[in-house]
Amino acid sequence: MSGLTLLFWIALPYVAIAVFVVGHVWRWRVDQYGWTTRSSQLQESRLLSIGGPIFHYATFAAIGGHVLGILIPASWTAAVGIDEGMYRAISASLGTIAGLLVAVGLLVLVYRRVSVPRVRVTTSRTDVLAYVLLTIVIGLGLGETVGVNLLGGGYDYRSTVALWFRGLFLLNPRPELMVSAPPVYQAHVILAWLLFMVWPFSRLVHAWSYPLMFLGRPWILYRSYRRTRAGRREAAANR
Amino acid sequence: MRVMAHVGMVMNLDKCIGCHTCSVTCKQVWTNRPGTDYVWFNNVETKPGLGYPRGYEDQDHWRGGWTLDGRGRLRLRGGGVIRKLLTIFANPDLPSIDDYGEPWTYDYQHLFTAPLSEHDPVVRAHSRLTGRPTELRWGSNWEDDLAGAPATAPGDPNLRGIEEKVRLDYEQAFMFYLPRICEHCLNPSCVASCPSGAMYKREEDGIVLVDQDKCRGWRFCVSGCPYKKVYFNHRSGKAEKCTFCYPRIENGQPTICSETCVGRLRYLGLMLYDADRVEAAASVTDPAQLRQAQLDVFLDPNDPAVQAEARRAGIPDDWVAAAQRSPIWTLAVRYGLALPLHPEFRTLPMVWYVPPLSPVLDVADDPAGGDPDVVFHAIDRLRIPVEYLANLLTAGDAEAIRVVLRRLAAVRAFMRAQQVEGRVEDAVASSVGLAPRDLEALYRLLAIAPYEERYVIPPAHAERAARLEESVSTGCSVDYEDQFQASAAGYRLDMVQLQPRGSERAGPPPGPSDAPPPPATAPLFVWRDSAKPAGGNG
Repeated sequence: MSGLTLLFWIALPYVAIAVFVVGHVWRWRVDQYGWTTRSSQLQESRLLSIGGPIFHYATFAAIGGHVLGILIPASWTAAVGIDEGMYRAISASLGTIAGLLVAVGLLVLVYRRVSVPRVRVTTSRTDVLAYVLLTIVIGLGLGETVGVNLLGGGYDYRSTVALWFRGLFLLNPRPELMVSAPPVYQAHVILAWLLFMVWPFSRLVHAWSYPLMFLGRPWILYRSYRRTRAGRREAAANR
Repeated sequence: MRVMAHVGMVMNLDKCIGCHTCSVTCKQVWTNRPGTDYVWFNNVETKPGLGYPRGYEDQDHWRGGWTLDGRGRLRLRGGGVIRKLLTIFANPDLPSIDDYGEPWTYDYQHLFTAPLSEHDPVVRAHSRLTGRPTELRWGSNWEDDLAGAPATAPGDPNLRGIEEKVRLDYEQAFMFYLPRICEHCLNPSCVASCPSGAMYKREEDGIVLVDQDKCRGWRFCVSGCPYKKVYFNHRSGKAEKCTFCYPRIENGQPTICSETCVGRLRYLGLMLYDADRVEAAASVTDPAQLRQAQLDVFLDPNDPAVQAEARRAGIPDDWVAAAQRSPIWTLAVRYGLALPLHPEFRTLPMVWYVPPLSPVLDVADDPAGGDPDVVFHAIDRLRIPVEYLANLLTAGDAEAIRVVLRRLAAVRAFMRAQQVEGRVEDAVASSVGLAPRDLEALYRLLAIAPYEERYVIPPAHAERAARLEESVSTGCSVDYEDQFQASAAGYRLDMVQLQPRGSERAGPPPGPSDAPPPPATAPLFVWRDSAKPAGGNG
């Protein structure tokens, strides 16, 4: 097993996961004030209202596709009557639609960010890094789905990439499964790990704040100083 | 009955001269930071006009505030939770920065560096967003004193339905000023619209605030507020709004806009209200009845039953005493002179307005002389159309405006007769259903407007004080380094100084008396000597 194999398929994933987890804990604890979408809709609304929803909804679809293809074992889908040929037809067709929509949304958003001066000046270096990584990762993902699985001969990543990925979390890494994968799959995975390492330090953290708590919440919220810890302490001291 | 206390404000539009001192001092205290350049927690609009942001009063367009659904239930006009979660990636109702006015500055340095030339050098406007030269097209105060009104004023939503009656040509033009801050509503649609639960009302005094650490920048508060008084800081990515100067209020001091108002037209006071009746009041079918519904939510601080409930709810006795002296109670409830801004938005606002009197259009029969018949006859010929004020303050109920204007005119007529001619016009007083001493009391409160009667603000109690330091930003962002240091420092409140614990127990040992101990007040900020706490320990 070569050093590069170890580096890319064992060391990098675990480092990335560590940075991702520790980074989020650290950011959550020290930087609530910076935890925001950092929306630029105030400055530009027309392009955002096209690109924003397309990108986000298509990304949800793409994430769902990854869950289906990577996290769920092939044996499970087979158990419900979906054989490999049927799975590939579904994932290649729906994956292509989702992937192309993600790309279209991203193109609109990147065009907006570059060509609208009001938006461009709000762009930080972290934003640029996140945008570049996102663009490459999405481009490579399209290469896999459209280039390999839709137009090309197809590649059964569920018997290699998926097994390797799940092995990482079962503490049973099998790097040899990735060595034989097509380069486009290898590159997609490596860049994705880099993106996960940038994630906690960028505006991408807003993804965890999608406000599901809004469901079932009373309309009007009150806060009372008396009911805070400091308030109760003071009330007790004054008694 | 669930008694709660609420700070409120009344502005007497009769006295506003449009000097913008409130706006400027507010800006210097609260919004002179990066990303808030376009933000005016307090602004003064000339009416008629589109306002700031452009046309904000038109809820058919902006969809702020509340409405009733087919079955008469209260619903957010901008849609419920599901719609918000689905449209969260691009808020469909968010104003653009151009609706507020792109912030700009000038390249002043050019005045010093321009080469010698035949003509004086001029400075050019540069956008504060991009740094590039920009054309000035709109601003928070673009329509000051009806500037450009022939082009913009016809778009004023308050003119709808009365276009026939209102003439905007020069001879019959009218205008007045409308200073605006956050309404700190009893039923705030911004709070209801916030997906993150970052906005809240303070239980102790009703002030509406944004928790800067919980805000995630989804912007629905901005579109949800029908008054457009929540703003998006375009540098920090967080919502910000008028704080009712809570650090000053906690110390028993008026808000900075009130303190510096040269017209002495702002009143601050405490109101007691029944929190259990808020939703029913906001759900009243007829918009013209919303004002009365809100008045019914307020509780009479002189009622012993209310006092007992207030004590049970933990409201200190000196706060109830302050509510009894509240100028808001006097103006809004007792004499009914103050009216809520756009009650039809159903947010039950807590900043109310005394409508302005104005000269009569035809000066041939000036109502001077105190004849109430003449005064009342003139109300409908005032330069500011009653119907316009009605669309602004009573959801279209012109008769309610006439009642108020008659009372205001009666105060003038009565005092003119008394001070110029030395006679008491009982008839004037009784014609508006008041006694002469009522008119004298109103004259004192409205015209003399002594400081201590305008601002009746009990200081916060140490054990009740909403320091809320957890809601105040003290850090800077990780992915946007170094630009928020200054702004965070501007927010720091760790200078809070509480009295030494137990100091109120100093002094003579408690005797057998049943008298309650003096209230343990402790101002959180001590900015001037006169604000030392009462109760013998200051």
